[in-house]
Amino acid sequence: MRYVDEFRDPAAAKALLAQIAALAGPLAEARGRPLALMEVCGGHTHAIFKFGIENLLPPAIELVHGPGCPVCVLPMGRVDDCVALAETPGVILATFGDAMRVPGSRKSLQQAKAEGADVRMVYSPLDALALARAHPDREVVFFALGFETTMPSTALTVLQAEAEGIANFSLFCNHITIIPTMKAILDAPDLRIDGFLGPGHVSMVIGTAPYRFIAENYQKPLVVSGFEPVDVLQSIWMVLQQLAEGRAEIENQYARVVPEGGNDRALQAVDRVFELRPFFEWRGLGSIDHSGVRMRDEYARFDAERRFAVPDVRIADPESCQCGAVLTGAIKPWECGVFGKSCTPASPLGALMVSSEGACAAYFQYGDLEALKERGKAPA
Amino acid sequence: MTPLDQTPAAPRRESLDVPTVTLAHGGGGAAMRALIDAVFLDAFRCPELKEMNDAATLALRDLAQHGDRLAFTTDSFVVDPLIFPGGDIGKLAVCGTINDLAVSGARPLYLSCAVILEEGFPIAALRRIVASMADAARAAGVAVITGDTKVVGRGACDKLFINTTGIGVIATGLDLRPARVRPGDVVLVNGLLGDHGATILNARGDLALTTPIESDCAALHGLIDALKPAAPGLRFLRDATRGGLATVLNEVAESAGVGIEVVESAIPIRDEVRGFCEILGLDPLYLANEGKLVAIVPEAEAGDALAALRGHPLGAGAAIIGRAVARRPGRVVMQTVLGGERIVDMLVGEQLPRIC
Repeated sequence: MRYVDEFRDPAAAKALLAQIAALAGPLAEARGRPLALMEVCGGHTHAIFKFGIENLLPPAIELVHGPGCPVCVLPMGRVDDCVALAETPGVILATFGDAMRVPGSRKSLQQAKAEGADVRMVYSPLDALALARAHPDREVVFFALGFETTMPSTALTVLQAEAEGIANFSLFCNHITIIPTMKAILDAPDLRIDGFLGPGHVSMVIGTAPYRFIAENYQKPLVVSGFEPVDVLQSIWMVLQQLAEGRAEIENQYARVVPEGGNDRALQAVDRVFELRPFFEWRGLGSIDHSGVRMRDEYARFDAERRFAVPDVRIADPESCQCGAVLTGAIKPWECGVFGKSCTPASPLGALMVSSEGACAAYFQYGDLEALKERGKAPA
Repeated sequence: MTPLDQTPAAPRRESLDVPTVTLAHGGGGAAMRALIDAVFLDAFRCPELKEMNDAATLALRDLAQHGDRLAFTTDSFVVDPLIFPGGDIGKLAVCGTINDLAVSGARPLYLSCAVILEEGFPIAALRRIVASMADAARAAGVAVITGDTKVVGRGACDKLFINTTGIGVIATGLDLRPARVRPGDVVLVNGLLGDHGATILNARGDLALTTPIESDCAALHGLIDALKPAAPGLRFLRDATRGGLATVLNEVAESAGVGIEVVESAIPIRDEVRGFCEILGLDPLYLANEGKLVAIVPEAEAGDALAALRGHPLGAGAAIIGRAVARRPGRVVMQTVLGGERIVDMLVGEQLPRIC
């Protein structure tokens, strides 16, 4: 399969792994600890587990699985709000499939659907708009989720609804933006990240310039990475190369998809429809300034939060969950007290156990804890 | 269950001249008889169905010539859409139950056919689906000998549901169970995986993808007949339906108390299905199949088993994909294309509802 198999080539992977091992050993030795590299994006976390990359890397490298899974960082209160919208008479709630099982404080969307709420799974916001066209007597609310990757398609859908004069369509907007959250991680007092793999699809929209502060102000290297295993390995190698040469730069491994300047038209659509919120709450990380977007006043009629009486529920994360510590790399998923016990993919307590891009679900489902133990990466 | 056929010796047949099923067709009266006559009896043409009994009767002596144990299984079919590339709910309902009997080691002999129809369902579509059931049963040498028809109001079911129950006989001495799997045994599949699941998902039409993928829906007892003499020590068979290969392997690992190690690059998946899964973020190991089985045989018989499978039209793409091991009992571990390892766990939640 073209554009896939060449990026899964075992020979290329082997060659990269040898070079990674050669670079990582001395760097880790100099620090007296393994190098900590954070893959920011959940898509990378998924690829790392799907291809068993973590067990192929030398012990001198420790991967920290970052906050780039929008489903995982959605606070419980927002899920409760969404369930309340879904249960509003006359509403069809349209959502991406991976948000169905995210636990709210009372129930998930899946449970609300089983109890009679009209919740439909869609693959695109345009599918939600089609639902609105097909059901003019109903209110269709799209559960808008995701980083800059999905923001443009949501924005364009709103512009389409406006152009067509569709009056029964709105968004429950939970779009978030990654840069302030990376800054929050970098500002954490116990920061121990040596370098970053930058998100590929987000960067396709925003380009590479927004990351410059990471290199300039924090002196950390970042390499924007593709999602195939050879992409990930090459990006790790590029980060190590920078560390070995004492550089801290923003580099782009995923140039076949990511233009340095991003996608202007996508950004224009986003800017037209959305504006930054003063702050947004992230599950496990708390409130982060300017980390979410809401709809501009001109598009208020497409904003479910203004069209409906959304309860605006605030729920503290369950105390037993250590999602935040996992997200910042302070602990490994299996070091959380509830991991694999009261928190499993079948009945998740924390959101990191829900999505296949969540670090805990990935460890639980794909991770060979015994193999990690053998490598000294997990407690015996 | 009441018999399909209540036809008296000299029937006064009411013709079936309406285009859609109505509640009257489930009412037990003349309309129901007309539906059964014109659709089911016409298609199945089975002498047992004409006998007006409340139950089909089977002579034990006839059954006993095939072996010493009955296999008895039931399955309900709710697939959406009803008709899809490579098959339809009727063919699926026959092949699915035949396969459940066949992988238990049984020779499939008899089926029941119970249908639940939603008021308003087109008679022409019902005829097509029942004809497809009859064709599949005839081709498999299995007789449909009893049945039932119910009609429910609009909205009380979605178009058409079918239940089939099957009876087969297991030859003396044959014993297929996961508990017989031992470390060192070899795991085979009979061909390309994931076609059915990808077909159904795509046939729903909301993905706007064009693919040439067709369901692999097929009755596997002929293939199994070819396999049995080639692998006399055959340990275990299972058809990889809902939950796909990953689910079957996990079930075996758990019941047998062994580890299963498979090699990603050895698992046959066509490029179209791989591409389909890449686009949608699905894992083909969990996609449903309706004509694929997992066979586990002693190591010494693996070569002959593979040759026997490949010698049959339904096994041309057969492959050895892994083995049972003593290490990590209860776990399925896959060596990835890169040489890394990952756990292949049971599916959590649903990958896709109403796949069969």
